[in-house]
Amino acid sequence: MNVMPGYVREEGMSEQSTSLLSVTDKKRLLREMLYARRFEERCYEAYVERKIGGFLHLYSGQEACAHGVLEAARPGFDYVITGYRDHIHAIKCGADPREVMAELYGKETGSSRGRGGSMHIFDVKHRFMGGYALVGGPFPLAAGIAKGIKMKGGEEISICFLGDAANNQGTFHESLNMAKIWNLPVLYVCENNLYGIGTRIDRSTAVLEQYKRAAAYDIPAGQADGQDVEAVYAAAVQAVEHVRSGNGPYFLELKTYRYRGHSMSDSNAYRSKDEEREWLKRDPIQILRNRLIDANALTLDEFKAMDREILDQIENDVVKFAEESPEPAVEDLEKYVLAENDPYVHGGRQ
Amino acid sequence: MGHIEPVTPRPELKMWEALNLALDRAMAEDDAVFILGEDVGLYGGSYRVTQGLYAKYGEWRVRDAPISENSFTGLGVGAALVGGRPVIEIMTVNFAYLALDAIINMAAKIRYMSGGQFRVPLVVRMPGGVARQLAAQHSQRIEHALLNVPGLRIVCPATPQDAYWQLRQAIHEDDPIIFMEHELLYFDSGPFDPGAAPPPLHSGRILRDGKDVTLVAWSRMSRLALTAAEELGEEGIEAEVIDLRSLRPLDLPLLLESLRRTHRVLVVEEDCLFGGAGAEIAATLGERGFYELETPVGRLAGADVPTPYNDRLEAESIPQVSTIKARIRDLLKA
Ligand SMILES: Cc1ncc(C[n+]2csc(CCOP(=O)(O)OP(=O)(O)O)c2C)c(N)n1
Ligand SMILES: [Mg+2]
Repeated sequence: MNVMPGYVREEGMSEQSTSLLSVTDKKRLLREMLYARRFEERCYEAYVERKIGGFLHLYSGQEACAHGVLEAARPGFDYVITGYRDHIHAIKCGADPREVMAELYGKETGSSRGRGGSMHIFDVKHRFMGGYALVGGPFPLAAGIAKGIKMKGGEEISICFLGDAANNQGTFHESLNMAKIWNLPVLYVCENNLYGIGTRIDRSTAVLEQYKRAAAYDIPAGQADGQDVEAVYAAAVQAVEHVRSGNGPYFLELKTYRYRGHSMSDSNAYRSKDEEREWLKRDPIQILRNRLIDANALTLDEFKAMDREILDQIENDVVKFAEESPEPAVEDLEKYVLAENDPYVHGGRQ
Repeated sequence: MGHIEPVTPRPELKMWEALNLALDRAMAEDDAVFILGEDVGLYGGSYRVTQGLYAKYGEWRVRDAPISENSFTGLGVGAALVGGRPVIEIMTVNFAYLALDAIINMAAKIRYMSGGQFRVPLVVRMPGGVARQLAAQHSQRIEHALLNVPGLRIVCPATPQDAYWQLRQAIHEDDPIIFMEHELLYFDSGPFDPGAAPPPLHSGRILRDGKDVTLVAWSRMSRLALTAAEELGEEGIEAEVIDLRSLRPLDLPLLLESLRRTHRVLVVEEDCLFGGAGAEIAATLGERGFYELETPVGRLAGADVPTPYNDRLEAESIPQVSTIKARIRDLLKA
């Protein structure tokens, strides 16, 4: 299995803990992030084996972002929307990893019944409002979800996760403006991994610190270390609190890095190996693991056992389910185009 | 002007290489030509079409754009108004939907609205089509959306030879030209002879003569139509195959001439059936060729569904060699 080197190192840094999380929560988060890493790396393998097709964008390296933010929110209750790098956000919202994997395999049991694939995980049960392939597309939808929440009245908030390069799309500016003037309960999370495909942020973007761009719309904003799940959590607690208590939108920038290429067809030729090594030293899983070990809350052996158990579960539960599930029936090609049996809009079959 | 290297014939050239050569040649010949698009420079283009050009011409002429399709296309329109000859690359046609304001409201209208005072020499290249399991938002075909916009010209090469010449010709023209490429054709090879006189930019091409039926197709579907026709040849059915190469204007004289020989026409289209280019072609041939037709013009097109991710459903959603053959047999029975 081709796994990013790094986080099973024996020695290692220990960074200061900043958080409000209990040891039990931290251990659970460690497990979830390790699960996320192993899930994504297993997808890599399945892609190489041609079990998964299309475009596949992996989340390895950015785990602390989705986990830290959603830990501070109410996953499954709050509405979450994102781009194409979406597997882990869906799973943290409560989506069954087996259904996510089955979707990647194009199976009828997949979260989108094999119709959407990797870039389009949807899970209505857990209010995971979808992964979308067009950069910047979700910004206005997130504002619209917030508008919908406000109209029916409720405690929920809308959370939108997108990348740094997406902020150069017109929808970013138009949506932030509307969110502000209508005081909408939406949290925009920018996972700034410094690149949009092969273009580094300073070659595409006038303002490097993304949180500063929210000031153009007078939206309060914060920035946190996206490799440190406790720091993300601490920043997200404030952000979520701000939005949930009716103060309108908030913008949170997380500084992070993707360890894999943009998608499976990308070899990262545009990044320096030194830069990659520096970021590997700040692996979010390793940081949290070492902190727990230093605090005598975890042993390396326990960590390894956890890892083995996760690998086993992914193989014998998740992948097995995907492998054994049926494909959609070809006769169902036209199913789900429109609300069923509407001859006027549908135009009828040939 | 840069040093212009001779372009030599090759027994085999890939589609992306032909496009790359055409761009290189156009840039060497005319300093006003510049490229703008996402990841076209340092990264070398998502499908390699701009590979090497950044190193050769520098970032001022091969510009990596932010993810701002409507605005960088609009910027191209602006530059074209004052003497630039931009070649915009939209990474895939799916993102061109975000740039329709620049293309439709601006590029296509300015010459007319200004009473001919301004010209918009702009080429917008965009790869599209159903590729391999890229799902609904990444498998679109945009013909239907641009076809009925007066002021646009649309070309769609299917071979390296045509790709090279049509791109060079398009860059020379003074109108906005939509240059459609197909994601599955980039790595296909074909013979390349830059010395052979190119046909006019908007002319169609007969790929195969036949007396029983005319197949009309463009882009990747012209390749499938040709394969289907060759296979049917073994059954004694002689299908003529026309690669349109251009959708607007259409080479109607060529179509009508073929129709007069075969009296039967099947349009093979990858875009969805409803409201597509095939509908325009069928209606026009019906109007102009009615008395020559043995049977109504047939259309085999993409299913009216967003493209599914699952590979079997995906294959079912667009014409295949087998379905083309089946439709031809039906058409000959009618
Ligand atoms: C409208 C649109 N334009 C271009 C693309 C091609 N594309 C896909 S992802 C991407 C880069 C996005 O970078 P960023 O927003 O930073 O997110 P990341 O991939 O780094 O998570 C681009 C240009 C697209 N999918 N949609
Ligand atoms: Mg990014």
